[in-house]
Amino acid sequence: MTVQELDAIRKQKKELIDVRRLVKEQAEKLAANTGYRKQVLVCGGTGCTSSHSMKVIAQLEASLKELGIDDVLIVKTGCFGLCALGPIMIVYPEGAFYSQMTPEHAKTVAEKHLIKGGQIVKELLYQGTVHEDGSIIPFAETPFYKKQMRIALRNCGVIAAEDIDEAIAAGDYEAVEKVLFHMTPDEVISEVLASGLRGRGGAGFPTGKKWQFAKASQGEIKYVCCNADEGDPGAFMDRSVLEGDPHCVLEAMTIAGYAIGAHQGYIYVRAEYPVAVERLKIAIGQARAYGLLGKNILGSGFDFDIDIRLGAGAFVCGEETALMTSIEGHRGEPRPRPPFPAVKGLFGKPTILNNVETWANINPIIVKGAKWYSSIGTEKSKGTKVFALGGKITNVGLVEVPMGTTLREIVEEIGGGIPNGKKFKAAQTGGPSGGCIPAEYIDTPIDFDNLVAIGSMMGSGGLIVLDEDTCMVDISKFYLEFTADESCGKCTPCRIGTRRLLDLLTKITEGKGKPEDLEKIEALCEHMKSSSLCALGQSAPNPVLSTMHHFRKEYEEHIYEHKCSAGVCKALLNYTIDKEKCIGCGLCSKNCPVSAISRTDYVAPGHKLASFAIDPAKCIKCGVCLGNCKFKAVVRK
Amino acid sequence: MKQENVCTACEEKLGTPEQEARLKALIEECKSTPGCLMHILQEAQGIYGYLPMQVQKTIAEGLGISLSEVYGVVTFYSQFSLTPKGKNRISVCLGTACYVKGSDKILAEVEKELGIKCGECTEDGLFSIDSCRCVGACGLAPVMMVGEEVYGKLTPDMVHGILEQHREENK
Repeated sequence: MTVQELDAIRKQKKELIDVRRLVKEQAEKLAANTGYRKQVLVCGGTGCTSSHSMKVIAQLEASLKELGIDDVLIVKTGCFGLCALGPIMIVYPEGAFYSQMTPEHAKTVAEKHLIKGGQIVKELLYQGTVHEDGSIIPFAETPFYKKQMRIALRNCGVIAAEDIDEAIAAGDYEAVEKVLFHMTPDEVISEVLASGLRGRGGAGFPTGKKWQFAKASQGEIKYVCCNADEGDPGAFMDRSVLEGDPHCVLEAMTIAGYAIGAHQGYIYVRAEYPVAVERLKIAIGQARAYGLLGKNILGSGFDFDIDIRLGAGAFVCGEETALMTSIEGHRGEPRPRPPFPAVKGLFGKPTILNNVETWANINPIIVKGAKWYSSIGTEKSKGTKVFALGGKITNVGLVEVPMGTTLREIVEEIGGGIPNGKKFKAAQTGGPSGGCIPAEYIDTPIDFDNLVAIGSMMGSGGLIVLDEDTCMVDISKFYLEFTADESCGKCTPCRIGTRRLLDLLTKITEGKGKPEDLEKIEALCEHMKSSSLCALGQSAPNPVLSTMHHFRKEYEEHIYEHKCSAGVCKALLNYTIDKEKCIGCGLCSKNCPVSAISRTDYVAPGHKLASFAIDPAKCIKCGVCLGNCKFKAVVRK
Repeated sequence: MKQENVCTACEEKLGTPEQEARLKALIEECKSTPGCLMHILQEAQGIYGYLPMQVQKTIAEGLGISLSEVYGVVTFYSQFSLTPKGKNRISVCLGTACYVKGSDKILAEVEKELGIKCGECTEDGLFSIDSCRCVGACGLAPVMMVGEEVYGKLTPDMVHGILEQHREENK
């Protein structure tokens, strides 16, 4: 393909894409030019497909056919972000934002809205877009979207994820064209350096520096790798980028290849992400067919190709040297650094590795310039960050905000607060390598350095909100179970350290903790941090240290008082029946799996039947009785 | 020395002639690509459902590497299995987002319902249970998968119905 042909595709589909980006009035005017009266965008990301968005699409197609409508375009996109309310569907040019769609709802929308002269079906809209007086506000102005700034996710939920033409029209491959014909490799690297972009995978190393080192390394063969092994449980931003806009990653890797002098790239992706893998395969096939990958890209004389390598479920493979060992087909164990991958990486050649979200930022940096990019964010953390909001929060989903946004804005405004009137206790960032941010730091502007300063880390962007029902000792035990399980076993501090740390935490949650255990934990953590081989072992103590720092009282409560005030640690709980409240219905006794509940001979005043009591010796603390009692007579303490 | 739970038929032979032919063709095809072992193991697991010793031996011989190297890789990654899995593979997500919403209780319920522990397979070969770390559908937490089907926003009392539905389908 030539540059002219690329340009032709861009022009041809530009208006179609613009309809989805403009405000209602302009979009309506433009829609007339596109040949489609309406466009229906349905989310085809993992979250929405899991709640059956494909059935919604099938029903839409069937209904449109039945109604004889042929000027409505159905587009299967990537993630819109508001996963909690999926499946999501947006109708343009109005920008009507339908949520929690079912096939029946789709039929209704087709019959009432998509037909000629149809009207928006208000009752099926995301209620956040319906004003009290009945008017409809654009979804971009709802609290969830208002404070967001979409750079990495710019095309997610805007374009058809499996259509390269739409990707091109939306701006993908514009940067690679600019780079190949108007910039030298050094200029590319200085642009990325000047942008201040830091790796979004966890540690926040300046991306431009990485590229500079790899360029300076001598060698005929070099490699460019993409880390799509999103191992942090509860994080799904990389997956969403791959599912929504796979071409932006391919393009960025090509640019890096040009900058450092590499001709082969590898994307290492989790096998647990079947949709993302499928879309990547389609995207690579299309890019090759268009000559945007392969020999002589766009006639520039530059060759670059990309292959996919599937992971097989090992968290440590998110570590750069382990990932490369795994691509080489071995056990994914890390190697000591130096030599750094930029000098000696994949197959012993100079290699750069960036994660998906980092790659997603490259196109805007090249097209709009480093100056524009570095104007966003804080002094040392430029640009935006995508967070996967999860846990005890109303708007579970994917959000992208400028660096420096406070946790309060993310949790209370964008996230819609904590459901069921519970209190915010902490936010966990950085997954098994990160820590907890307690309520008193909720106004801290989030960036790489601030998070480290308060004992957590950015990590890849999982942000799990915890409420008062979460026990902090239990949460750190949960993470240690994870890291102990995922430790590759190569170095002793990590292999044995995680195991011992887990033992100590288990002891505390079982009420067998001793006062000196806290000091033992702290000492062990310090040793692991200083002497583990790779980031997995060095950061595994973080969840423990940060919860011990911010919630030491809870640890002490478990040890000294044998109490878990969040009511999580089973061994420390006791179930009793309030004999005054018990009406003697026997539902608890019938459902008790260990027959620990029996009738007493006490009849409470005003009741006809004798009350029940729990035998603490038999009780296994499963909580079934608590769930079954309709009279709140079962008490957990 | 035979391990329990290992299909004895596969110990001797390489499954059906068709499976054997596919495995050998696969090894031939990928042999020259550097770092192909992982890919071959993934495909082989697709053919056999798990990785019996004889399959590992064949791969080692085909690639000219030692069996211990193959075995080392197989046991390193959680996705590879040395034992057969059930017809319906149940995978309960124990990722953080699911955990804080009580997925441990879902796992306990599945274990109770099927009478087996996580990592095991029922005697009739219909179900096996595994835990996984995040399927990425955190918006639906807690989540479990049966085969490719994702079930979200689960409560323990929903488990019985879901398993029944799959039992029905396999009748």
